[in-house]
Amino acid sequence: MKLVEHFTHGLTSPICLTWELTYACNLSCVHCLSSSGRRDPNELSTDEAKAVIDELQRMQVFYVNIGGGEPTVRSDFWELLDYAIAHDVGVKFSTNGVKLDKARAEQLAKTDYVDVQISLDGATAEVNDHVRGPGSYDTAIRAMENLYEAGFGQFKISVVVTRQNVDQLDDFKAIADRYGAQLRITRLRPSGRGADTWDELHPTQPQQKQLYDWLVARGEDVLTGDSFFHLSAYGQELPGLNLCGAGRVVCLIDPVGDVYACPFAIHDQFLAGNVRSEGGFRTVWQDSELFAELRGPQSGGACTKCSHYDACQGGCMAAKFFTGLPLDGPDPECVLGNGETELAKLEMDTIVPKPSLDHSHRTTPQRKDGPVPLTLSVRRPDKACDSDPLAGEGRRLPAGVRVN
Amino acid sequence: MTAAPVGTAEAAPTGAFDPAAPYRLAESVSLRPESFGALVYDFHTRRLSFLKTKPLVRVVEALAHHDDVHGALTAAEVPDDQRDQYLRALAGLAQAGTIQPR
Ligand code: SF4
Ligand code: SF4
Repeated sequence: MKLVEHFTHGLTSPICLTWELTYACNLSCVHCLSSSGRRDPNELSTDEAKAVIDELQRMQVFYVNIGGGEPTVRSDFWELLDYAIAHDVGVKFSTNGVKLDKARAEQLAKTDYVDVQISLDGATAEVNDHVRGPGSYDTAIRAMENLYEAGFGQFKISVVVTRQNVDQLDDFKAIADRYGAQLRITRLRPSGRGADTWDELHPTQPQQKQLYDWLVARGEDVLTGDSFFHLSAYGQELPGLNLCGAGRVVCLIDPVGDVYACPFAIHDQFLAGNVRSEGGFRTVWQDSELFAELRGPQSGGACTKCSHYDACQGGCMAAKFFTGLPLDGPDPECVLGNGETELAKLEMDTIVPKPSLDHSHRTTPQRKDGPVPLTLSVRRPDKACDSDPLAGEGRRLPAGVRVN
Repeated sequence: MTAAPVGTAEAAPTGAFDPAAPYRLAESVSLRPESFGALVYDFHTRRLSFLKTKPLVRVVEALAHHDDVHGALTAAEVPDDQRDQYLRALAGLAQAGTIQPR
Protein backbone atom coordinates (compact mmCIF):
# COMPACT_ATOMS: atom_id res chain seq x y z
CA MET A 1 0.00 0.00 0.00
CA LYS A 2 1.30 3.43 -0.84
CA LEU A 3 1.89 5.77 2.06
CA VAL A 4 -0.82 8.14 0.99
CA GLU A 5 -3.33 5.28 1.15
CA HIS A 6 -2.48 4.79 4.78
CA PHE A 7 -3.27 8.44 5.27
CA THR A 8 -6.72 8.07 3.78
CA HIS A 9 -7.47 5.48 6.46
CA GLY A 10 -6.37 7.83 9.19
CA LEU A 11 -3.40 7.85 11.53
CA THR A 12 -3.23 7.12 15.25
CA SER A 13 -2.97 10.87 15.82
CA PRO A 14 -3.45 13.84 13.53
CA ILE A 15 -0.51 15.33 11.63
CA CYS A 16 -2.06 18.69 11.05
CA LEU A 17 -3.97 19.72 14.13
CA THR A 18 -5.30 23.24 14.35
CA TRP A 19 -6.28 24.51 17.75
CA GLU A 20 -8.17 27.76 17.95
CA LEU A 21 -7.69 29.11 21.43
CA THR A 22 -10.29 31.84 21.42
CA TYR A 23 -13.03 33.33 19.30
CA ALA A 24 -11.96 36.77 20.51
CA CYS A 25 -10.20 38.97 17.99
CA ASN A 26 -9.25 42.61 17.72
CA LEU A 27 -10.01 42.54 13.99
CA SER A 28 -13.08 41.66 11.92
CA CYS A 29 -11.62 40.27 8.71
CA VAL A 30 -14.37 39.86 6.16
CA HIS A 31 -13.25 36.33 5.24
CA CYS A 32 -12.64 34.98 8.76
CA LEU A 33 -13.02 31.21 8.56
CA SER A 34 -14.29 30.98 12.13
CA SER A 35 -16.51 34.09 12.21
CA SER A 36 -14.46 35.31 15.15
CA GLY A 37 -14.79 38.51 17.10
CA ARG A 38 -16.22 37.96 20.56
CA ARG A 39 -14.90 35.56 23.15
CA ASP A 40 -17.15 32.60 23.92
CA PRO A 41 -17.91 32.36 27.65
CA ASN A 42 -17.51 28.59 27.42
CA GLU A 43 -13.91 28.63 26.15
CA LEU A 44 -11.47 26.13 27.67
CA SER A 45 -9.90 27.33 30.91
CA THR A 46 -6.14 27.43 31.37
CA ASP A 47 -6.24 24.10 33.20
CA GLU A 48 -8.43 22.50 30.59
CA ALA A 49 -6.11 23.73 27.85
CA LYS A 50 -3.14 22.28 29.71
CA ALA A 51 -4.95 18.96 29.99
CA VAL A 52 -5.40 19.00 26.21
CA ILE A 53 -1.66 19.62 25.81
CA ASP A 54 -0.91 16.68 28.13
CA GLU A 55 -3.11 14.51 25.95
CA LEU A 56 -1.41 15.72 22.77
CA GLN A 57 1.93 14.84 24.31
CA ARG A 58 0.74 11.33 25.15
CA MET A 59 -0.59 10.96 21.59
CA GLN A 60 2.71 12.23 20.18
CA VAL A 61 1.14 15.07 18.30
CA PHE A 62 4.45 16.73 17.63
CA TYR A 63 3.17 20.17 16.83
CA VAL A 64 -0.03 22.15 16.68
CA ASN A 65 -1.09 25.11 14.64
CA ILE A 66 -2.55 27.55 17.10
CA GLY A 67 -4.96 30.17 15.89
CA GLY A 68 -8.23 31.81 16.72
CA GLY A 69 -9.63 34.40 16.78
CA GLU A 70 -6.45 36.14 17.73
CA PRO A 71 -4.77 33.67 20.06
CA THR A 72 -2.43 36.23 21.64
CA VAL A 73 -5.31 38.19 23.16
CA ARG A 74 -5.89 35.32 25.58
CA SER A 75 -4.17 36.44 28.77
CA ASP A 76 -2.74 32.94 29.32
CA PHE A 77 -1.46 32.61 25.75
CA TRP A 78 2.25 32.88 26.63
CA GLU A 79 1.82 30.51 29.55
CA LEU A 80 0.14 27.91 27.31
CA LEU A 81 2.83 28.40 24.67
CA ASP A 82 5.58 27.62 27.18
CA TYR A 83 3.59 24.72 28.60
CA ALA A 84 3.14 23.13 25.18
CA ILE A 85 6.80 23.47 24.28
CA ALA A 86 7.85 22.03 27.63
CA HIS A 87 5.62 19.04 26.87
CA ASP A 88 7.08 18.17 23.47
CA VAL A 89 4.30 19.83 21.54
CA GLY A 90 5.85 22.34 19.17
CA VAL A 91 3.77 25.37 18.32
CA LYS A 92 3.17 27.35 15.20
CA PHE A 93 0.83 30.17 15.93
CA SER A 94 -1.00 32.48 13.57
CA THR A 95 -1.42 36.08 14.54
CA ASN A 96 -2.31 39.42 13.08
CA GLY A 97 0.68 40.76 15.00
CA VAL A 98 -1.21 42.92 17.47
CA LYS A 99 0.77 41.72 20.51
CA LEU A 100 4.17 41.25 18.87
CA ASP A 101 5.99 44.25 20.27
CA LYS A 102 9.78 44.34 20.57
CA ALA A 103 9.82 42.60 23.94
CA ARG A 104 7.62 39.71 22.79
CA ALA A 105 9.65 39.38 19.60
CA GLU A 106 12.81 39.03 21.67
CA GLN A 107 11.18 36.50 23.95
CA LEU A 108 10.06 34.46 20.94
CA ALA A 109 13.51 34.64 19.37
CA LYS A 110 14.85 32.93 22.50
CA THR A 111 12.22 30.17 22.45
CA ASP A 112 12.89 26.91 20.63
CA TYR A 113 10.19 24.98 18.83
CA VAL A 114 7.97 27.93 18.19
CA ASP A 115 7.08 29.22 14.79
CA VAL A 116 5.18 32.39 14.07
CA GLN A 117 2.89 33.05 11.18
CA ILE A 118 1.77 36.59 10.46
CA SER A 119 -1.38 37.00 8.42
CA LEU A 120 -1.27 39.46 5.55
CA ASP A 121 -3.80 39.57 2.76
CA GLY A 122 -2.45 42.38 0.67
CA ALA A 123 1.07 43.46 -0.27
CA THR A 124 -0.16 47.03 0.06
CA ALA A 125 -2.17 48.59 2.87
CA GLU A 126 -4.97 49.36 0.48
CA VAL A 127 -5.57 45.77 -0.58
CA ASN A 128 -4.85 44.27 2.85
CA ASP A 129 -6.94 46.64 4.93
CA HIS A 130 -9.89 46.24 2.62
CA VAL A 131 -10.18 42.66 3.85
CA ARG A 132 -8.55 42.76 7.29
CA GLY A 133 -9.57 46.24 8.42
CA PRO A 134 -7.96 49.66 8.80
CA GLY A 135 -4.49 49.69 10.33
CA SER A 136 -4.04 45.93 10.06
CA TYR A 137 -1.33 46.22 7.40
CA ASP A 138 0.78 48.50 9.58
CA THR A 139 0.28 46.20 12.57
CA ALA A 140 1.45 43.19 10.59
CA ILE A 141 4.48 44.97 9.13
CA ARG A 142 5.49 46.29 12.54
CA ALA A 143 5.34 42.75 13.94
CA MET A 144 7.53 41.53 11.08
CA GLU A 145 10.05 44.28 11.71
CA ASN A 146 10.15 43.37 15.39
CA LEU A 147 10.72 39.68 14.67
CA TYR A 148 13.38 40.53 12.11
CA GLU A 149 15.22 42.89 14.44
CA ALA A 150 15.04 40.42 17.31
CA GLY A 151 16.72 37.81 15.10
CA PHE A 152 13.80 35.39 15.30
CA GLY A 153 14.85 33.72 12.06
CA GLN A 154 12.50 32.40 9.46
CA PHE A 155 8.94 33.19 10.47
CA LYS A 156 6.07 32.83 8.02
CA ILE A 157 3.92 35.30 6.21
CA SER A 158 0.54 33.78 5.53
CA VAL A 159 -1.52 35.04 2.64
CA VAL A 160 -5.01 33.99 1.63
CA VAL A 161 -5.09 34.37 -2.13
CA THR A 162 -7.95 36.56 -3.36
CA ARG A 163 -9.12 38.20 -6.53
CA GLN A 164 -7.62 41.46 -5.26
CA ASN A 165 -4.16 40.20 -4.27
CA VAL A 166 -3.41 37.47 -6.81
CA ASP A 167 -1.44 40.00 -8.87
CA GLN A 168 0.74 40.75 -5.85
CA LEU A 169 2.32 37.33 -5.36
CA ASP A 170 5.76 38.60 -6.38
CA ASP A 171 5.36 41.55 -4.04
CA PHE A 172 4.49 39.24 -1.15
CA LYS A 173 7.59 37.25 -1.93
CA ALA A 174 9.64 40.46 -1.83
CA ILE A 175 8.19 41.35 1.57
CA ALA A 176 9.03 37.87 2.85
CA ASP A 177 12.57 38.19 1.52
CA ARG A 178 12.97 41.59 3.13
CA TYR A 179 12.29 40.13 6.58
CA GLY A 180 13.98 36.76 6.10
CA ALA A 181 10.57 35.14 6.22
CA GLN A 182 9.00 32.33 4.27
CA LEU A 183 5.91 32.98 2.20
CA ARG A 184 2.86 30.78 2.72
CA ILE A 185 -0.11 31.18 0.44
CA THR A 186 -3.37 29.35 0.95
CA ARG A 187 -6.73 29.03 -0.64
CA LEU A 188 -9.73 31.16 0.31
CA ARG A 189 -12.61 28.96 1.41
CA PRO A 190 -16.22 30.00 1.76
CA SER A 191 -16.11 29.20 5.48
CA GLY A 192 -17.24 31.42 8.35
CA ARG A 193 -17.61 35.00 7.18
CA GLY A 194 -15.83 33.87 4.04
CA ALA A 195 -19.21 32.52 2.92
CA ASP A 196 -20.57 36.05 2.79
CA THR A 197 -17.67 37.47 0.80
CA TRP A 198 -16.70 34.51 -1.34
CA ASP A 199 -18.41 35.79 -4.47
CA GLU A 200 -16.33 38.95 -4.43
CA LEU A 201 -13.06 37.63 -3.08
CA HIS A 202 -12.43 34.27 -4.65
CA PRO A 203 -10.08 34.29 -7.67
CA THR A 204 -11.68 34.22 -11.10
CA GLN A 205 -11.08 31.32 -13.44
CA PRO A 206 -8.27 33.09 -15.37
CA GLN A 207 -6.72 34.12 -12.06
CA GLN A 208 -6.67 30.51 -10.93
CA LYS A 209 -4.62 29.60 -13.97
CA GLN A 210 -2.36 32.54 -13.24
CA LEU A 211 -1.94 31.29 -9.67
CA TYR A 212 -1.18 27.78 -10.87
CA ASP A 213 1.44 29.07 -13.32
CA TRP A 214 3.01 31.15 -10.58
CA LEU A 215 3.18 28.16 -8.24
CA VAL A 216 4.82 26.03 -10.91
CA ALA A 217 7.31 28.74 -11.87
CA ARG A 218 8.08 30.40 -8.56
CA GLY A 219 6.52 28.26 -5.87
CA GLU A 220 9.50 26.15 -4.94
CA ASP A 221 10.17 27.59 -1.52
CA VAL A 222 6.64 28.83 -1.00
CA LEU A 223 4.42 26.92 1.41
CA THR A 224 0.84 26.22 0.43
CA GLY A 225 -0.54 24.10 3.26
CA ASP A 226 -1.40 21.65 0.49
CA SER A 227 -4.41 23.78 -0.20
CA PHE A 228 -4.34 24.13 -3.99
CA PHE A 229 -4.53 20.52 -5.06
CA HIS A 230 -7.66 21.24 -7.11
CA LEU A 231 -5.36 23.27 -9.39
CA SER A 232 -3.35 20.15 -10.20
CA ALA A 233 -5.98 19.49 -12.85
CA TYR A 234 -4.26 22.16 -14.95
CA GLY A 235 -1.40 19.82 -15.57
CA GLN A 236 1.34 18.80 -13.22
CA GLU A 237 0.60 17.76 -9.68
CA LEU A 238 1.61 20.33 -7.12
CA PRO A 239 3.88 19.12 -4.34
CA GLY A 240 2.07 17.85 -1.28
CA LEU A 241 -0.33 15.15 -0.27
CA ASN A 242 -3.01 16.00 -2.81
CA LEU A 243 -5.88 14.74 -0.79
CA CYS A 244 -8.51 16.12 1.51
CA GLY A 245 -7.13 15.34 4.94
CA ALA A 246 -10.27 16.17 6.89
CA GLY A 247 -10.65 13.74 9.79
CA ARG A 248 -7.81 11.63 8.42
CA VAL A 249 -4.71 13.68 9.10
CA VAL A 250 -6.35 17.07 9.72
CA CYS A 251 -8.70 18.29 12.42
CA LEU A 252 -9.67 21.31 14.47
CA ILE A 253 -10.13 21.81 18.20
CA ASP A 254 -12.18 24.96 18.61
CA PRO A 255 -12.07 27.34 21.59
CA VAL A 256 -14.86 25.53 23.46
CA GLY A 257 -13.20 22.15 22.89
CA ASP A 258 -15.36 20.99 20.02
CA VAL A 259 -13.50 18.80 17.53
CA TYR A 260 -14.28 19.34 13.84
CA ALA A 261 -12.98 17.42 10.84
CA CYS A 262 -11.24 20.49 9.46
CA PRO A 263 -10.71 24.12 10.48
CA PHE A 264 -12.71 25.17 7.42
CA ALA A 265 -15.66 22.99 8.35
CA ILE A 266 -17.08 24.55 11.48
CA HIS A 267 -20.55 23.12 11.13
CA ASP A 268 -22.57 20.59 13.13
CA GLN A 269 -22.31 18.16 10.27
CA PHE A 270 -18.54 17.94 10.70
CA LEU A 271 -18.52 17.97 14.50
CA ALA A 272 -16.93 14.79 15.86
CA GLY A 273 -17.07 15.40 19.62
CA ASN A 274 -15.63 17.50 22.41
CA VAL A 275 -12.36 17.25 24.30
CA ARG A 276 -14.28 17.71 27.55
CA SER A 277 -16.18 14.48 27.06
CA GLU A 278 -15.06 11.21 28.60
CA GLY A 279 -11.94 9.86 26.93
CA GLY A 280 -10.92 13.33 25.79
CA PHE A 281 -9.43 14.18 22.45
CA ARG A 282 -7.94 10.74 21.91
CA THR A 283 -11.32 9.06 21.98
CA VAL A 284 -12.80 11.61 19.61
CA TRP A 285 -9.93 11.22 17.15
CA GLN A 286 -9.80 7.45 17.28
CA ASP A 287 -13.41 6.43 17.81
CA SER A 288 -15.80 9.08 16.52
CA GLU A 289 -18.33 7.86 13.98
CA LEU A 290 -17.83 10.90 11.81
CA PHE A 291 -14.10 10.33 11.49
CA ALA A 292 -14.63 6.63 10.83
CA GLU A 293 -16.92 7.61 7.99
CA LEU A 294 -14.41 10.10 6.60
CA ARG A 295 -11.74 7.40 6.64
CA GLY A 296 -13.95 4.91 4.85
CA PRO A 297 -14.41 4.52 1.10
CA GLN A 298 -15.78 7.63 -0.61
CA SER A 299 -17.58 8.14 -3.85
CA GLY A 300 -16.33 10.85 -6.14
CA GLY A 301 -19.64 11.11 -7.98
CA ALA A 302 -19.47 12.90 -11.30
CA CYS A 303 -15.78 13.67 -10.76
CA THR A 304 -14.72 10.03 -11.00
CA LYS A 305 -15.33 10.26 -14.75
CA CYS A 306 -12.97 13.21 -15.03
CA SER A 307 -9.48 12.54 -16.36
CA HIS A 308 -8.06 14.90 -13.72
CA TYR A 309 -9.62 13.05 -10.83
CA ASP A 310 -6.38 11.41 -9.70
CA ALA A 311 -4.76 14.76 -9.12
CA CYS A 312 -7.74 16.86 -8.14
CA GLN A 313 -9.98 14.38 -6.35
CA GLY A 314 -12.94 16.66 -6.68
CA GLY A 315 -11.37 19.37 -4.59
CA CYS A 316 -12.25 20.66 -1.15
CA MET A 317 -15.10 19.26 0.90
CA ALA A 318 -15.60 22.48 2.85
CA ALA A 319 -15.66 24.63 -0.30
CA LYS A 320 -18.40 22.47 -1.74
CA PHE A 321 -20.40 22.31 1.45
CA PHE A 322 -20.50 26.03 2.12
CA THR A 323 -21.37 26.91 -1.46
CA GLY A 324 -24.29 24.48 -1.36
CA LEU A 325 -22.77 21.97 -3.78
CA PRO A 326 -23.08 18.22 -3.26
CA LEU A 327 -20.02 16.72 -1.63
CA ASP A 328 -19.65 14.08 -4.31
CA GLY A 329 -19.32 16.49 -7.21
CA PRO A 330 -16.92 19.12 -8.49
CA ASP A 331 -15.31 21.84 -6.41
CA PRO A 332 -16.85 25.31 -6.89
CA GLU A 333 -13.50 26.36 -8.37
CA CYS A 334 -13.14 23.26 -10.59
CA VAL A 335 -10.62 24.33 -13.21
CA LEU A 336 -12.82 22.88 -15.95
CA GLY A 337 -15.65 25.15 -14.91
CA ASN A 338 -17.85 22.25 -13.81
CA GLY A 339 -18.31 23.77 -10.37
CA GLU A 340 -19.59 27.02 -11.81
CA THR A 341 -22.03 25.11 -13.96
CA GLU A 342 -23.31 23.27 -10.90
CA LEU A 343 -23.55 26.51 -8.92
CA ALA A 344 -25.57 28.10 -11.71
CA LYS A 345 -27.96 25.17 -11.55
CA LEU A 346 -28.64 25.62 -7.85
CA GLU A 347 -32.15 26.87 -7.34
CA MET A 348 -32.53 30.39 -6.11
CA ASP A 349 -34.13 29.08 -2.96
CA THR A 350 -31.46 26.48 -2.22
CA ILE A 351 -30.49 26.77 1.38
CA VAL A 352 -26.75 27.17 1.49
CA PRO A 353 -25.46 25.78 4.78
CA LYS A 354 -24.05 28.43 7.01
CA PRO A 355 -21.63 28.06 9.87
CA SER A 356 -23.21 26.76 13.05
CA LEU A 357 -21.48 29.43 15.08
CA ASP A 358 -20.99 33.14 14.71
CA HIS A 359 -18.86 35.13 17.13
CA SER A 360 -18.60 38.21 14.93
CA HIS A 361 -18.47 41.58 16.61
CA ARG A 362 -22.01 42.86 16.74
CA THR A 363 -20.95 46.09 15.14
CA THR A 364 -18.35 46.13 12.45
CA PRO A 365 -15.69 48.74 13.21
CA GLN A 366 -16.08 51.82 11.07
CA ARG A 367 -13.55 52.21 8.32
CA LYS A 368 -11.54 55.29 9.10
CA ASP A 369 -10.06 55.84 5.71
CA GLY A 370 -13.08 56.86 3.76
CA PRO A 371 -14.49 54.95 0.85
CA VAL A 372 -12.68 51.81 -0.23
CA PRO A 373 -12.15 50.93 -3.86
CA LEU A 374 -14.33 47.86 -3.68
CA THR A 375 -17.62 47.15 -2.08
CA LEU A 376 -18.32 43.96 -0.25
CA SER A 377 -21.89 42.92 -0.47
CA VAL A 378 -23.11 40.60 2.20
CA ARG A 379 -24.88 37.47 1.13
CA ARG A 380 -26.10 36.57 4.57
CA PRO A 381 -29.01 34.17 4.47
CA ASP A 382 -32.11 34.82 6.48
CA LYS A 383 -30.96 35.91 9.92
CA ALA A 384 -34.25 34.94 11.48
CA CYS A 385 -33.38 31.32 10.91
CA ASP A 386 -31.25 30.61 13.95
CA SER A 387 -30.90 26.89 13.84
CA ASP A 388 -29.21 25.29 10.93
CA PRO A 389 -31.80 23.81 8.61
CA LEU A 390 -29.49 21.06 7.48
CA ALA A 391 -28.26 19.86 10.85
CA GLY A 392 -28.82 16.15 11.23
CA GLU A 393 -30.35 15.90 7.79
CA GLY A 394 -29.54 13.06 5.50
CA ARG A 395 -26.98 14.81 3.32
CA ARG A 396 -24.43 12.07 3.05
CA LEU A 397 -21.03 12.66 4.38
CA PRO A 398 -18.45 13.32 2.83
CA ALA A 399 -18.69 11.93 -0.57
CA GLY A 400 -16.24 14.36 -2.10
CA VAL A 401 -13.35 12.68 -0.43
CA ARG A 402 -11.64 9.91 -2.22
CA VAL A 403 -9.80 6.84 -1.13
CA ASN A 404 -7.23 5.62 -3.61
CA MET B 1 16.51 20.04 -2.09
CA THR B 2 20.09 20.90 -2.88
CA ALA B 3 22.29 18.47 -4.69
CA ALA B 4 25.53 17.45 -3.01
CA PRO B 5 28.58 18.90 -4.74
CA VAL B 6 30.13 16.32 -7.00
CA GLY B 7 33.70 16.00 -8.18
CA THR B 8 35.20 18.56 -5.83
CA ALA B 9 38.59 18.06 -4.24
CA GLU B 10 37.11 17.25 -0.83
CA ALA B 11 37.09 13.59 0.08
CA ALA B 12 34.06 11.83 1.55
CA PRO B 13 31.90 14.18 3.63
CA THR B 14 32.76 14.05 7.30
CA GLY B 15 29.37 12.71 8.33
CA ALA B 16 29.61 9.67 6.03
CA PHE B 17 27.67 6.65 7.21
CA ASP B 18 29.82 3.96 8.76
CA PRO B 19 28.04 0.67 9.50
CA ALA B 20 30.93 -0.38 11.75
CA ALA B 21 30.20 2.51 14.12
CA PRO B 22 27.51 2.84 16.79
CA TYR B 23 24.43 4.95 15.97
CA ARG B 24 21.23 6.13 17.60
CA LEU B 25 18.09 8.02 16.80
CA ALA B 26 19.02 11.69 16.64
CA GLU B 27 18.40 13.59 19.84
CA SER B 28 15.89 15.96 18.33
CA VAL B 29 13.92 13.19 16.63
CA SER B 30 10.86 11.29 17.84
CA LEU B 31 9.15 8.24 16.35
CA ARG B 32 5.41 7.71 16.48
CA PRO B 33 4.25 4.18 15.73
CA GLU B 34 1.74 3.93 12.89
CA SER B 35 0.18 0.96 11.10
CA PHE B 36 2.66 1.23 8.22
CA GLY B 37 5.77 1.85 10.30
CA ALA B 38 6.40 5.14 12.02
CA LEU B 39 6.08 8.85 11.67
CA VAL B 40 9.40 10.64 12.19
CA TYR B 41 9.46 14.14 13.54
CA ASP B 42 12.54 16.28 13.94
CA PHE B 43 11.81 18.97 16.52
CA HIS B 44 14.83 20.88 15.31
CA THR B 45 14.17 21.13 11.60
CA ARG B 46 10.37 20.68 12.08
CA ARG B 47 10.50 18.12 9.32
CA LEU B 48 8.08 15.25 9.16
CA SER B 49 9.10 12.05 7.43
CA PHE B 50 8.31 8.36 7.58
CA LEU B 51 9.76 4.97 8.20
CA LYS B 52 7.78 3.01 5.71
CA THR B 53 8.01 -0.47 7.20
CA LYS B 54 7.85 -1.93 10.68
CA PRO B 55 11.09 -3.92 10.33
CA LEU B 56 12.93 -0.68 9.53
CA VAL B 57 11.45 0.84 12.70
CA ARG B 58 12.80 -2.17 14.67
CA VAL B 59 16.27 -1.67 13.19
CA VAL B 60 16.31 2.05 13.95
CA GLU B 61 15.17 1.39 17.51
CA ALA B 62 17.82 -1.32 17.93
CA LEU B 63 20.69 0.97 16.88
CA ALA B 64 21.13 2.50 20.33
CA HIS B 65 21.62 -0.89 21.97
CA HIS B 66 24.38 -2.24 19.74
CA ASP B 67 28.04 -1.49 19.17
CA ASP B 68 27.62 -1.14 15.44
CA VAL B 69 24.95 -1.07 12.79
CA HIS B 70 25.58 -4.70 11.84
CA GLY B 71 24.67 -5.73 15.37
CA ALA B 72 21.40 -3.88 15.16
CA LEU B 73 20.55 -5.55 11.87
CA THR B 74 21.21 -8.95 13.40
CA ALA B 75 19.17 -8.16 16.49
CA ALA B 76 16.25 -7.04 14.34
CA GLU B 77 16.53 -10.32 12.39
CA VAL B 78 17.11 -8.73 9.02
CA PRO B 79 17.70 -11.56 6.50
CA ASP B 80 21.16 -11.61 4.91
CA ASP B 81 19.92 -10.94 1.42
CA GLN B 82 18.21 -7.72 2.59
CA ARG B 83 21.11 -6.27 4.52
CA ASP B 84 22.39 -4.09 1.69
CA GLN B 85 18.96 -2.65 1.21
CA TYR B 86 18.76 -1.77 4.91
CA LEU B 87 22.24 -0.28 4.94
CA ARG B 88 21.28 1.98 2.08
CA ALA B 89 18.11 3.05 3.88
CA LEU B 90 20.10 3.75 7.05
CA ALA B 91 22.71 5.73 5.12
CA GLY B 92 19.85 7.86 3.85
CA LEU B 93 18.54 8.34 7.37
CA ALA B 94 22.00 9.33 8.56
CA GLN B 95 22.31 11.85 5.79
CA ALA B 96 18.90 13.29 6.65
CA GLY B 97 19.96 13.57 10.28
CA THR B 98 17.32 11.14 11.50
CA ILE B 99 19.99 8.92 13.02
CA GLN B 100 23.36 10.07 14.30
CA PRO B 101 26.64 8.50 15.43
CA ARG B 102 26.99 8.15 19.17
S1 SF4 C 1 -12.21 20.11 3.70
FE1 SF4 C 1 -10.97 21.36 2.29
S2 SF4 C 1 -9.65 22.53 3.65
FE2 SF4 C 1 -10.46 20.83 4.87
S3 SF4 C 1 -8.93 19.18 4.68
FE3 SF4 C 1 -10.46 18.86 3.06
S4 SF4 C 1 -9.61 19.89 1.26
FE4 SF4 C 1 -8.51 20.67 3.04
S1 SF4 D 1 -14.50 17.65 -12.65
FE1 SF4 D 1 -13.99 17.16 -10.51
S2 SF4 D 1 -12.04 16.01 -10.63
FE2 SF4 D 1 -12.33 17.03 -12.64
S3 SF4 D 1 -11.20 18.94 -12.43
FE3 SF4 D 1 -13.33 19.40 -11.86
S4 SF4 D 1 -13.40 19.14 -9.61
FE4 SF4 D 1 -11.51 18.17 -10.36
